[in-house]
Amino acid sequence: MKRLRDLVRENARNPNAIAYTVMAVAALTFPAIVQFATGGNADYLVSLAADGGVFVLLAIGLNVVVGFAGLLDLGYAAFFAIGSYTYGMLASEQLISSPLHHAFHVPFWIALFIGMFVAAGAGALLGAPTLRLRGDYLAIVTLGFGEIVPRFFRNMRDWTSGVNGISALDVPTLPGWITGPWANATFGIEQGFRFTSFNATAWYVLIIILIVASVIGVNNLYHSRLGRAWMAVREDETAAAAMGVNTVNTKLLAFAIGASFSGFAGAFYGAKLSLVSPDSFGFIVSITILSMVVLGGMGNIPGAMIGAILLYGVLYYFLPAAPQQASTLAHQFGMDWLNTVVPNGWPGIAEFINRLKFILFGVILVTIMLLRPQGLLPSRLRTQELKRGVHDEPAAVPS
Amino acid sequence: MSIETAPPILSLQGVTKRFGGLVAVDEVSFDVPKGQVFSLIGPNGAGKTTLFNCITGMHVPTAGRVVFEGRDIAGSKPYRTAQLGIARTFQNIRLFEYLSALDNVKVGEHVRMKAKLWDAIFRTPLARREEREVTERAMEYLRFVGIDRHADNYARNLAYGQQRRLEIARALATEPHLLLLDEPAAGFTPQEKVELMALVDKIIARGITVFLIEHDMKVVMEVSQLIAVLDHGEKIAEGPPAEVRNNQRVIEAYLGKSA
Repeated sequence: MKRLRDLVRENARNPNAIAYTVMAVAALTFPAIVQFATGGNADYLVSLAADGGVFVLLAIGLNVVVGFAGLLDLGYAAFFAIGSYTYGMLASEQLISSPLHHAFHVPFWIALFIGMFVAAGAGALLGAPTLRLRGDYLAIVTLGFGEIVPRFFRNMRDWTSGVNGISALDVPTLPGWITGPWANATFGIEQGFRFTSFNATAWYVLIIILIVASVIGVNNLYHSRLGRAWMAVREDETAAAAMGVNTVNTKLLAFAIGASFSGFAGAFYGAKLSLVSPDSFGFIVSITILSMVVLGGMGNIPGAMIGAILLYGVLYYFLPAAPQQASTLAHQFGMDWLNTVVPNGWPGIAEFINRLKFILFGVILVTIMLLRPQGLLPSRLRTQELKRGVHDEPAAVPS
Repeated sequence: MSIETAPPILSLQGVTKRFGGLVAVDEVSFDVPKGQVFSLIGPNGAGKTTLFNCITGMHVPTAGRVVFEGRDIAGSKPYRTAQLGIARTFQNIRLFEYLSALDNVKVGEHVRMKAKLWDAIFRTPLARREEREVTERAMEYLRFVGIDRHADNYARNLAYGQQRRLEIARALATEPHLLLLDEPAAGFTPQEKVELMALVDKIIARGITVFLIEHDMKVVMEVSQLIAVLDHGEKIAEGPPAEVRNNQRVIEAYLGKSA
């Protein structure tokens, strides 16, 4: 109990600890709260949150490349595509039409790690030719890679069914799962459980577990020898090399490890949607993930996560819902004239807002960056270091 | 008959570096004896820093051999020379600005650490123990150069003199046998120069050979046992301070011929 109190006291002023705590509490209570608030009809929202979790994973991965190692990557969605397609090919009937004539149906839990390793390998492969490039030049090459990969998958018709994408992917299965009121059932153990689209909560729990594991892994890396090497390369590559940091390996590892998270995310995304299509991995996806990282606070893990949650919420919940909300609000305030459609004139408030959607999005982005140019939750010196501080006066007052 | 029987720690043999038509370093040869302070002086643009870069692997010499502890390292990558035991500071300070002073020194220790990727991700007992040891050692290095009070400040927020010291601490953290200091006293007050000389003595006492580029003659004459003089990429003199001070060619190089 005392240890807990000390822990709270030590971290009460640490923004990262607060952010982690808030996110953990929110993640744990979110499904219960939305289900309660909507009277049990919130499966849609829980499922949306699980999709948002994919972007949180992607932001965590890109933060390693851009935030830690300082390598501007504009083609990150390529690794996301590689992860998704790896799962798509390994866990569907697709490969029967390929020259292999055999479908593997690798279980999700194994494919997850295969996807991770394939994406990491692709990351290293992309990293290799770009090692001599810095800054803007590197960004352009990664941009090219991000364009090539989806096109490559689109054209490999035998392996990926081209523009149609791979559909009817296998869903993850578990020997058992806890069931309860959230799935409109009584408490109990469900045997031979399958993750289907009817079970949003299961997907939600799965992505939360993946995120927690990733955060622990990346956080450990950040505080390790490799993490410091990344930051040293980011700050001054020449000086880092003079201190004995193998900059080539360090940068390759940044690309590979960053990519491995999108491999994770890709497999989950493919399995949940049960569809992998070349249209899901365009340039706009790379840019969205980069915006999440920059907006949240480059180089800080909870910062990138908050950026991802916020932007995802704006893009996939707030903006799509805004026209309807505006229309309802207008009605409630007795301004129904706003809702009347004039032919060749006023289109009605809902349609008006709908047309303004992306201007709104831009305004939100610009406003945040003007108010917090360093990001919502920027990286900071570690607490333990701050705690020791500079002691000009006696460090401890005897009590 | 030579008194010094021990082989030199560093031996340059006809080192030449050309940039296109420009000869920056021209067939320079000298030996740096172990356990002493060796200084390299010369007017601006004489090729001193280029020579440092040839030793640490930042430049590949056009010709010649750089023999460190009996092994030719000419053309090795910088991280490799650091592993072998050569550390350096930079003429225009190059710290990791947005890392704390402590972390800067920890990066220096990178090269002596053993934790692998696996250890880092899962924070194995090996990684934890090593992290603890590395932090303690880093604090010792900061104490050694006298800036341990600023361990938690960003490197960029340190005062100029403290940044110079931090660079030395970071270089020492690589556990070098040979430490190259590129104009460590530049911009120092007389008081700071005295402190720097005391620090160089402390470094020598740890058994590290110091190879110094310096403009300040007072510092050079006081701390070094041997001095080599470069002018226009050529070595024009070499010997103990008293001898170099009175060398006609050295005086000409610094003051011009008519003087």
